[in-house]
Amino acid sequence: MHSLNGDGPEKTLLMSNLLIFGIVRLLVCDKNIVLNNLGVTVEGVAPGSVGVTPRSNIYTSRGAKSMRKSSKLSLFTAAACVLALGLSACGSSSSDASSDASASTSIINAYGCEPQNPLIPTNTNETCGGNPIDLLFAKLVSFDAKGKASNEVAKDISANSDNTEFTITLKSGWKFTDGTPVTAESFTKAWSYGADATNAQVSSSFFSVIKGYDALQEKGVASDAQLSGLKVVDDNTFTVALNEPSSVFPIMLGYTAYAPLPESFFKDPKAFGEKPVGNGPYKFESWTHNQSIKLVKNDAYKGNQQAKNGGITFKMYTDVDPAYADVQAGNLDVLETVPSSATTTFQTDDTLQAYNKAGSVFQSFTFPSTLEHFKNDEEGHLRRQAISMSIDRKAIVDKVLGGIGTPAVDFTSPVTPGYSDSLKGNSVLKYNKTEAKKLWDEANKISEWKSSDKLTFAYNADGGAKPVYDAIVNSVKNTLGIDAATNPMPTFSEFRAAVTDRSIKSAFRTGWQPDYPSAENYLKPLYSSSAADGNGSNDGDYKNTAFDKLISQAASSSSEDEANKDYQSAQEILLEDLPAVPLYYSNAAGVAAKGVKGFTMNWKNLPVYQDLTK
Amino acid sequence: MGKYLLRRVLQMIPVVIGTTLLIYALVFALPGDPVKAMFGDKPVNEAVAAQIRSEYNLDKPFIVQYLLFLKNALTLDFGKTFSGQQVIDVIGRAFPVTIKLALMAFVFEAIFGVIFGIISGLKKGKWYDTVILIVSLLLISVPTFVTGFVMQFVFGVKWHILPVTAGTNPGFLDLLMPAMVLGSVSMAYIIRLTRSEIASNMNEDYVRTARAKGMTNNAVTMRHILRNSMIPVVTYLGTDIGALMGGAMISERIFNIQGVGNTLYQGILRGEGTLVVSIVTILVLIFVICNLVVDLLYAVLDPRIRYA
Repeated sequence: MHSLNGDGPEKTLLMSNLLIFGIVRLLVCDKNIVLNNLGVTVEGVAPGSVGVTPRSNIYTSRGAKSMRKSSKLSLFTAAACVLALGLSACGSSSSDASSDASASTSIINAYGCEPQNPLIPTNTNETCGGNPIDLLFAKLVSFDAKGKASNEVAKDISANSDNTEFTITLKSGWKFTDGTPVTAESFTKAWSYGADATNAQVSSSFFSVIKGYDALQEKGVASDAQLSGLKVVDDNTFTVALNEPSSVFPIMLGYTAYAPLPESFFKDPKAFGEKPVGNGPYKFESWTHNQSIKLVKNDAYKGNQQAKNGGITFKMYTDVDPAYADVQAGNLDVLETVPSSATTTFQTDDTLQAYNKAGSVFQSFTFPSTLEHFKNDEEGHLRRQAISMSIDRKAIVDKVLGGIGTPAVDFTSPVTPGYSDSLKGNSVLKYNKTEAKKLWDEANKISEWKSSDKLTFAYNADGGAKPVYDAIVNSVKNTLGIDAATNPMPTFSEFRAAVTDRSIKSAFRTGWQPDYPSAENYLKPLYSSSAADGNGSNDGDYKNTAFDKLISQAASSSSEDEANKDYQSAQEILLEDLPAVPLYYSNAAGVAAKGVKGFTMNWKNLPVYQDLTK
Repeated sequence: MGKYLLRRVLQMIPVVIGTTLLIYALVFALPGDPVKAMFGDKPVNEAVAAQIRSEYNLDKPFIVQYLLFLKNALTLDFGKTFSGQQVIDVIGRAFPVTIKLALMAFVFEAIFGVIFGIISGLKKGKWYDTVILIVSLLLISVPTFVTGFVMQFVFGVKWHILPVTAGTNPGFLDLLMPAMVLGSVSMAYIIRLTRSEIASNMNEDYVRTARAKGMTNNAVTMRHILRNSMIPVVTYLGTDIGALMGGAMISERIFNIQGVGNTLYQGILRGEGTLVVSIVTILVLIFVICNLVVDLLYAVLDPRIRYA
């Protein structure tokens, strides 16, 4: 609400003594809509008439007071209740049109949702806040639509021989929208703030690769303590020392959490979170909670992602269905998902433009290493392969998902640099009934699968995964003739809690959305031994030293191609062990209103906002 | 009368304490960990999680948390949400929209419900009585979200008569369709309630007496039949205003109205105890106050009823 305290006159209250909470004013809005429709004016109901006058006569034909009164009863009740509540009935309905948008540069209305946290790069790990933040801040590197990284604020990022120390120099002339320059300190101070546990930033673990991170996790560290691995050389140069080699660090620098922050942030982080100041292609204009976040083009921006429109307004929704209806009616310009009610129709719907291509989100289910018969040993591997080969991925993608997925053939995604659809051993991801049965029988020779044994798949029921898991269970039952069932858990929060405290005793749904476009981001956090046992996202506690070795070899390799070769060999190990069974890649599927030009989606399954025009 | 009012107001205190305690306990007992969920599927940084827990008192035992909430609530400090906003601000934004919506729905159901109910009750057996009965039966049996989606598609997307969603700062037109959807089921109940009350009152002795005394048909209908038929309708309307405010969740989601229902839903999903309890407390108060008003209104309708 722009103005709760409206411009209408305040009216005296009836029964204000009953009000306990702070909202005590009955506001009469400028249009006077509600009260006009009630047919009563506020003055029309005298305070006394709400009360009851005792009468002595019983009800006789003449005892009824007046018919005028009873015919007005429904209105009367309504008015009495309204007044008793004493709550404001209307807010102002000021026009939404952006005042400073000139005719030539259009404002794009994009789907948005209320951020869960203030708009601070290191405290945002969900898309509601992440999408605006990514447009507000230019990082050291930027990614094009295909995920190819190139330097943006950085002039040069150079590594030492074993990729443990990086020297970063900045281009000169970059400024925040408040006019202050972007310096080396804008980065080092921002990262230290994010890493410091005292500041309770949800993305803090992204800085765990930098030296000195552990020291900032102790209780009672000063809120302005600095990471010891960051050294400012001069205004435009700083060095980063890492805990271990990482060839992918320059790509990580393009992730939201690594954004620079202006000096004003550190003076008042709270105020900044409501009104962020960045250096990106767009400038922050306003954030009306639960309604919209408005960004306008930043004319001073000289980076790689020049805006072709005059601004982006994120209109907030709590559900995708109404947003889809708004796109159909032309009230919303772009929506990056398709509600499940429209998956079969959106590509033929002529009231909008559809987009549907293989995307970057990897969907799988994971076997805990402690699950009986499915442990990380020979029997387990055979059974995992048998299960994998008894699932008809193509049928699931076509029939259950309505075509907005692509069957998986590796552990990354088709839009990830280094992706290959011909990895050795990927036939294990193809539907093959006879081979599945054969592998299962082989496993039975090692240890018998009794008729009382049962395989269950757990998933969170609030994310629309039910039809997929029902199909998997049927597929497995029909192919192998074993007892299988699903175990839906009501909410994501409950499901994740069971996964993280390892109380889950079944296979369970896993999905991964990359933070930066690199195979490393799909592999290291999910399957390396260092990320197991609660230290990362290796929820199945998979451990394989050969895999770990390839990942660290890739981390210290000198070229991206070389690293990608190692990541491919590492995946070939995973295809044998199947710590997780790849299912499909969620497509980048979205819709835009008719008349919107330049609608494409990028490696994050998001629209390329800055290219949209209308 | 004054004593009666005072007693009723004092009764509200245990009701409010009871409900807040119950709701707080329910939110506390929700499975899952709201702080862990904040990290999504990313690794949980325990140091940060501990920091957040102590900031929101989540590291304290249940009863301490509840008493702290109660203590702060007495000074009108309802705490803040996980996103750092004051709960009172969130409520202040959500309630005006919902009240507007609920009132429009209320007016819609009261006016149309009573009018159609009277028509149908007085002219029992006529063709329009049958039509009204069938339509009201349809409205009762079809779930609101179906009515909502169908109306949204037909009037909004296809015909462009009414706005598809309410969006930011909804005005009268934006809320017209949601209000009709929200009020439709109650309207159908009111039609049927009014109709059956009128039908039974028409056969009462005092109606026959009045007619025998030579009163005009209009006077009999207005003074005797309608007035007596309104008591259960008013009861229903009074309790319904609370239900309209708290139960607008479905219409609010379909039409993207950022009101109480949506806020409550988000609060439950994120395990935000203070937000959920604060909203529910206000809803409870609304229910209690409306019930009181309804009870007082009985005496207006029927002078035999007195309060002491």
